[in-house]
Order: sequence, then structure tokens, then C-alpha cells
Amino acid sequence: MAKVTELLKNRFFSGKKVNRTVSYLLVIFGYVLMIILMKAGMLTSHFTSLLVPLTSYIVIAIALNLTVGFSGELSLGHAGFMGVGAFSAVIISGLLLPYVPNTTLRLIIAMLGAALVSSLFGAIIGIPVLKLEGDYLAIVTLAFNQIIKTIINSIYLGYDNNGIQISFVKNKLNLGEGAVTILKGPIGANGIKRISTFTAGFILILITLLVVYNLIYSRKGRDIMACRDNRIAAESVGINVTNIKLEAFVISAALAGCAGALYGLNYSTLTPAKFDYNLSIMILVYVVLGGLGNIAGTIISTVILYILPEQLRFLQDYRMIIYAVVLIGIMLLTNNSWFKVQYYKISKRIRKKMREKKGAAA
Amino acid sequence: MKKLFTLLLAVLLAFGMTGCSGNNGGNGGETATVFKLGGSGPLSGPAAIYGQDVYDSAKLAVEEINALDTDVKFELNFLDDAHDPEQAISCYGSLKDWGMQVSLLAVTSKPCAAVAPLYKEDNVFAITPSGSSTTVIQIDNNYYGNVFQMCFTDPNQGIASADYIADKNLGTKIAVVYQDDIDYSVGIYEKFVEEAAAKKLNIVYAGSFQNGTNEFGTYLQNAQAAGADVVFLPIYYTEASMILTQANTMGYKPVFYGVDGMDGILSVEGFDTALAEGVYLLTPFAADATDDLTVKYVTNFKNKYGRTPTQFAADAYDTVYALYNALTAAGCKADMSASDICDALVKQFTSMSFDGLTGAGVTWKVTGEVSKSPKAVVIKNGTYVSAE
Amino acid sequence: MTFLQFLITGLSLGSVYAIIALGYTMVYGIAKMLNFAHGDIIMVGAYIAYFAMGKYNLPSFVAVMASVLVCTLLGVVVERLAYKPLRKVSSLSVLITAIGVSYFLQNGAQLLWSSAPKMFTSIIPADTIKLFDGQLTVTYLSIFTIVVTLLIMVGLTLFVTRSKIGKAMRACAEDKDTARLMGINVDTTISITFAIGSGLAAVAAALYASAYQSISPTLGSMPGIKAFTAAVLGGIGSMPGAFLGGLLLGVIETLVKGYLTTQLSDAFVFGILIIILLVKPSGLLGKRYVEKV
Repeated sequence: MAKVTELLKNRFFSGKKVNRTVSYLLVIFGYVLMIILMKAGMLTSHFTSLLVPLTSYIVIAIALNLTVGFSGELSLGHAGFMGVGAFSAVIISGLLLPYVPNTTLRLIIAMLGAALVSSLFGAIIGIPVLKLEGDYLAIVTLAFNQIIKTIINSIYLGYDNNGIQISFVKNKLNLGEGAVTILKGPIGANGIKRISTFTAGFILILITLLVVYNLIYSRKGRDIMACRDNRIAAESVGINVTNIKLEAFVISAALAGCAGALYGLNYSTLTPAKFDYNLSIMILVYVVLGGLGNIAGTIISTVILYILPEQLRFLQDYRMIIYAVVLIGIMLLTNNSWFKVQYYKISKRIRKKMREKKGAAA
Repeated sequence: MKKLFTLLLAVLLAFGMTGCSGNNGGNGGETATVFKLGGSGPLSGPAAIYGQDVYDSAKLAVEEINALDTDVKFELNFLDDAHDPEQAISCYGSLKDWGMQVSLLAVTSKPCAAVAPLYKEDNVFAITPSGSSTTVIQIDNNYYGNVFQMCFTDPNQGIASADYIADKNLGTKIAVVYQDDIDYSVGIYEKFVEEAAAKKLNIVYAGSFQNGTNEFGTYLQNAQAAGADVVFLPIYYTEASMILTQANTMGYKPVFYGVDGMDGILSVEGFDTALAEGVYLLTPFAADATDDLTVKYVTNFKNKYGRTPTQFAADAYDTVYALYNALTAAGCKADMSASDICDALVKQFTSMSFDGLTGAGVTWKVTGEVSKSPKAVVIKNGTYVSAE
Repeated sequence: MTFLQFLITGLSLGSVYAIIALGYTMVYGIAKMLNFAHGDIIMVGAYIAYFAMGKYNLPSFVAVMASVLVCTLLGVVVERLAYKPLRKVSSLSVLITAIGVSYFLQNGAQLLWSSAPKMFTSIIPADTIKLFDGQLTVTYLSIFTIVVTLLIMVGLTLFVTRSKIGKAMRACAEDKDTARLMGINVDTTISITFAIGSGLAAVAAALYASAYQSISPTLGSMPGIKAFTAAVLGGIGSMPGAFLGGLLLGVIETLVKGYLTTQLSDAFVFGILIIILLVKPSGLLGKRYVEKV
């Protein structure tokens, strides 16, 4: 028994890998808690409706943290990959509807397809973009985001008994019998079959954690961080900077695509306009507040910042302005040295008291 | 720092869960006449103006009804969905927790289409004042049956507009400027093109823009270069007002022809109404009509909110009154379940006839579509004049 | 002739972008932060000018000056309250705060002035000049906008190169610590930069609102992002770069909309940006710093 605890301690609770344990525990605990509450009928409908989008935002926030936190590239375009994933999944799911009646299977296929397409986009965009640095990289990712949105905006796609039809820019679909329109340009998709579930979202988060942690704690991960910290030094020790950065970027894009697939298949309507730079910025806020390179922190901050404006609904007209004030307030407080010192003092005092109590009890 | 966050997280989560037990117990009992009326619409973001109109007008109608000495009263809970399907769904959850019994669905077509399947699943009666797309009331040609519309659907207006332009010979070369990211405008535009082809109208230019556009100079320059003498605008009055102003700056003066979304243009703050002189539009509602109902409504609305109501507002007002009439006629009680009320209302709506601001003798089909017909008016001396 | 028409429309749109981009680039150069709230300062400026002209019937010049004054103050206050406490931490934290400020201004404007758009009366009489037998129509406003932008550009260049404060600004942009050692008050200099940037935003607001004659609480976000693009296109931190980038962006956007497609215009504009940055990674007129080990 002692051996097992020793092993557990070494394996999971040692040093920097604490973050990994915290992340997994947080996600599993959250899932179990939600399921129990749901089964017991204690969860409000409002809260239940937030679960699937929440899981998808957690996945994309982790994916973005891989790019911004670990690779050190400020991307303002991740919503673009999410959009690519969402619309690929909607198209795949729509086309497979008559052939794959099983929703779980269809969701899995759609998600894999979405990951494939968005990683392709990630590679196409990554190759030129990763040559740039800093704010130039930021603006180019933002530009790509807008371009992706515009491209999705101009696709018209549908099928009838004779096969699939697709047209660009102008709606030239001429569908005959058995017509189903899947994509309708800027109007997006209507009548999507909703097949995403909270459990699927939970599993996707676990897979994301697995992928990201395995990457960053591997040799490749150390290479990635070396490139982030000093590109020239990394190059001089023989790391292929472009390749390694591209790999991380593509993985991040693929995960963002999966998040998009989960998101897209959770609603019966979807518009391309949803995936503009504003969404990218919103996710960036989650990541920065949670801490660059801190995945457990990302999960926590995503939950807080996503739930907060929803729980502020009672404020009505003042909702978004209060949210803005809270956002500024949190940024100022968490970076305020006086506050940091006070916080440290208080937590130290509490810890001391706890230790004293423990001592007294023993 | 991390602990602080975790604490905040716990508080928020607790917030989410305690909501349920507190709210559900309290309804019924003391006030068995008060129906819980829910709804959502954009109260923030670029589409907020439409949501605000619906919300304010619905509030006005509810206050009037509650002041009457009858057994049907409302408690209105109208939430902000920011014209986003995602938020509309979460609003629906929130409304369900609150114990909503009847609903105004949502204001804009996209959110309407997103939440409508949930209303079907839970069998809650919903009627949207303004979600005009056909996607609001059906999915894959299966009509929900418990989701109704107060405004007329888009295709009607496209056909009526093309017919009117052809029959009255308003012009020979037609330009269309439409908004391609809302179902409303695209729906009208597509039908208009079809009907225009049937009527041998010559469409020389079609340009589309998206939400948030405020630069229309290039569209107008293109229309002018193509020699268009009629410009068809199946869009809302906010963009239309910009188009009229910018056309005037360029010195381009074709005949402008709008649809019901054009209503409201005369009351845009700072808009020079002289520019709207000679503009045609289709509308079910005119704020300066002289019938008693309209005069009373417009006066009350102006007194309360200090602005002139638009077609959105009028439709919302009618929606609440239609619900009121139907609930009264069906003999519904506020302690009935939402599902029972829904069944009674569906029967009532498909059989009743309603007289309101936006039409007399309005009826509904079993599909949820409304039957009322748009009237063509022309703006003369700053007021609507029948164009028949 | 239509080409000339589009060119002039594009130049006047580009001039507005250029003025906003100048503010963007100056703030970036000295504070090294992307001020996402810059677009919303434009929006506030437009509303102030609107109320000054419409409610208080001030002449348009006075109204614009009032708007410049309010925006300058707003810029300084925002910098002091929200950005200054974060000067020593990572630039990403400041970016998030700027986003918070942007949400705040947008939603505050909606609460104060409602989300309904208001029609803005042009600050210049809405007249046109007809050239070449009426084939080419040029609005007074376009000419006015281009002239004002040129004046601002010249004035600003003189200010930055000749005046004491301008030199202090350049010193701070180069190296804050050394500048402080030379006796420059860095905080004041940064505040002045924000003041100038916000004042320019108010001028741009008046011109922009005059061109489209409609204002709403979300007015600032698109010109804000376009100006950011223009600033990067020209080489962020470089003033002539921002000017050139703004003009180019406006012309390209108008030409694409006029000749090719309105639906894909954004894709073209951003596509050209990407191509230019790939050929010249530090923008058209940006300085390229070679990192040495």
C-alpha cells in the first residue's frame, strides 16, 4: 500500500505536473458533480443549457493557450478555426444524415472531419504566418480570421436526389426533388440536427488535456518552449523552429476545430458572423486571465467568465457594463502589487492558523 | 491567486443551482390570474434597437392589460439574447426556470429559429412579433404547430413588391440593395427576383451588404452607373435612412421602394424627412394613421418612451393583445401548466380572428403563419399616403 | 471616369483611416500596447459632436473642437485609470484591459444614448462639384477630408520632430529608462501621447460620421480594426507608415467594392495585407530590427 501511495505521489503530484493533476481532477469532478445534480433534478434549465457551449469554450481556450502560452504566438484568429470546424461538422453531419442514423457515431465522424479540415487550414495559414512575429503575427491571424469568415459567408451548399450542389458568392443552387439546403451563404445553416451532448464535451476536454499535456511534457514540448523563450538560441542547438512551431499551431487549430464541431452541432442554427475576431478576442481574454501556459487556470477562468455574464442577467440593461467593469477590475487587481502583497499576507496567516489548529488537535 | 478564482467559481456555480428551488415554489397561489409571459431579443449589440422596440411595446401592452379588471394578467420577463442563437438558448433555459407559461419567442429570425425546437419539445406556446423567416415556424418542412408569427412571412412581400412596381410602371431598370446575412432581407429578395422575372422587370444591379455596414456610396454609384431608376430596398429603416442620405449627397434621385422594414424611417433621430419624400413602402402599420386604436397607442408610446413606435413595436403590442384575447376566450387559468395552456392556445389561435394595429380580421393558419396583407403607401409631406 | 470617382471616394475614406491609424501608431510606439478601445473613443467623439451641433446648436467647428476636448480628456482618464497601473506587467494584460474599456464605452454609450442610430448632419455643406461635364462628382466633404488629413500629417510630423514634447515622445518610444535618466517625465509624455491620439480620434469621428451620416454605439469597432490594420500595414510605430497604410487600405477597399465584389471586399483587403506583410514582414515603412545574440 505504501508503495502505491509513493508511486502515486511521484507519478502525479510531483513538481510541475501538479497542474496536470489539478486539471484532470477539476474536469472529472466538475463532470460528475453536474451529472449528479442533473440526475437529481437540482440543475436549472438555464445552467444545463450552458454546459455544452461551456465545454467547447474550454477546449478552444486550452487550444489557444497552447499557441499563446506555450508557443508564445499571439493569435487573434482562433475563432476562424472554430468556425471552419463548426461548418465542416455541420456539412458532414448534414450529408451523412440519411446514411448514419446513430447520432454518437455521426458526431464522432463529424468531429474527426472537422479536426482534419481545420488542421489543414492551420497548416495553410501557419506556414506563412509563423514567419512573422509579435503584433504582426497577431494582425495577420486576425486577417485570416476575417478571410475565413468571408469565405464561409460565400458558400452555398445543398443536395437533392441527384447529388450535391455547391456554389460560391451567388446562390446558384438549383435543387430538384428531395432538396435540402445545408449552407446558405451569410445566413449560414438552418435546421441543424442537434447531436452534441455534455458527455461528448467532457470526453473532448479529456482528449484535449491528454493531447496538450503529452505534447508539452515531451521532448517536443520542451523544444516548443525553447523556441518561445529564445528563438536564436533554440536554432543554434539544432531545433527546427519553423517545423516545431507549425506542429503546435496545427494541433491547436485541430483542437479548435473540434471545439467548433461540438459548438456547431449543439444549435439548430449557425451563422458565420458568430466566428469573427470578437469571438477570438473573447477566448483570448479567457486565456490571459487564466494565465499563459497555465491550463488549470484556463479552465477555471473560462468557467467563471462564461458563466458570469449569464448570472448577471438580473441586472438587465446594466449587465454588460458591469461585466466590463468586473473585467477591468480583475485585471487591475490581479496585477496590483499592493493587493498581491496583502493577498500573500492573508493566505500566509490563514495557513499559519490552520497549522496551529492541526497542531492543537494532534 | 488561484484560490481566489476557485472561490469565485464556487460562488458562481452555487448561484446556478440555487435558482431552481427558490423560484418554482412561489407561483400560483396568491395571484392565480397572472400568466408568466417570457421572451428574448437583442437589448445589446448592433441589433439592440429592434429588441428595445419590441420590449418597450410589450411592456406597454402588459401594463395596459394589467390595469384592466379582468382575469387575465401578465408578468413579463424579457431577456437579452444579443441577436445570438447561443444566448437565445440560454435565455430560454432561464425563462423555463422562472416558470414561463406563454412566450413571445424572440425578436430576430435567427434566435427564433434556434429556440423554436425547444418550445416544440416542451410544448410551450410561442408567438413571435417579428421573426419573419419561414425557418422560424418549421424545420425540414415539418411545422411545429405551437410556434406562431405576428408579422407576415418574407416571400409575400417580395411578390407584392414586384407586382406593384410592374403594375404601376414605377420604372424600367431596377437596382436592389439587400442585407445578405438576415433571413428577412434574403427571403424577400429571392422572391422578388423570381416574381420580377415573371413580370419582365429588368434588374440591372443587385448589391448586398452585411450587418454593421454604413458605407453605401459604392452600391449607389454602381446602381447609378447601371442606370437604375428604381432602387428596391428590402431592408430595415436604419440602413435605408443611410442609403437615402448618402444618395442625396451624391445627387442620385431614383424612386426608392421599401418593404415593411422601412417603416420607422421618418422617426430616425436627426433624419431629414424631406429625403424620404416620394419613397414607396409596404406596411401593415402607419404611426400617423388616424384610427382610434393607433392614435391612442402612438400617444401612449410617445408619452412613455419619448419616441415614435415602429412596425416592430406595433407587432409586439398586437402580439400581447392577441395572447390576451386568446387566453380570455379559451378560459385559461394562470395555474394551468404551460403545456395545457399551449394546447388551448393553439386551438384558439387557429380559429380566432384578431383586430389590431397591424390589420383587421387577422387570422392564423395551422402552420403558424399569419394572414394579413401588406399595403403600399407613399411618403408625401412627411406622412404616409395610400399609394393605391 | 468611374475609376477616378472610386479613387476619390477611396482616398477620402483612406484619409479617415489614416487619422485613426496615426493615433493608433503613436500610442503603440510609446506604450507598446494595442489600444482596442481606440475605436470606441471615435464613437464617443461622434456622439459629442452630434449633441453639440444638434442640441446646443453650436457651429460645426466649435462642435468638433468640443468633441476633441472631451475625447482628449477621456483618453487621458482612461490611460490613467486603466492602463497606467499595468505599465510594468505584460502587454497582454493591458490588451485585455483595453478590451474591457472597449466593452465599457460601447455599453455605456448604449445606456446613455440608446442603441437607435442617429442621423449625423455633415459638418461641411453636402454639396458637390461636377467636373468633366458632370461625369465626375466630387463632394466637398471628400476634398475637405483629404485636406484636413494632409494638414494633420504635416502638423504632426513637425510637432514630433521639432517640438520639445515631440522629441520627448520619440525618446520614450525608443527607450523609456534612458529617457527617464535624461530628465524626461515619462508618465506625462505617455499621457500627452494618449491625449493627442484621442484628439485625433475625435477629428476622425467628425469626418467619418459626416461621410456616412449615421452614428450608433457600435460605430467605432470597424474603423478601429481597419485603422489597426492600416497601422500594421504601414509598419506599426511609424507615422508616415500609418498615413500611407490608411490611404492604401481605403483605396483598395473602395476599388474592390466598386469593381469586383461587395461580398468579398474584406477578404481582398485582408488578403493584400497578408501578402504585403509576407514580402515586407515589418510593414511598408516599418523599421526592421535585427535581433543580435
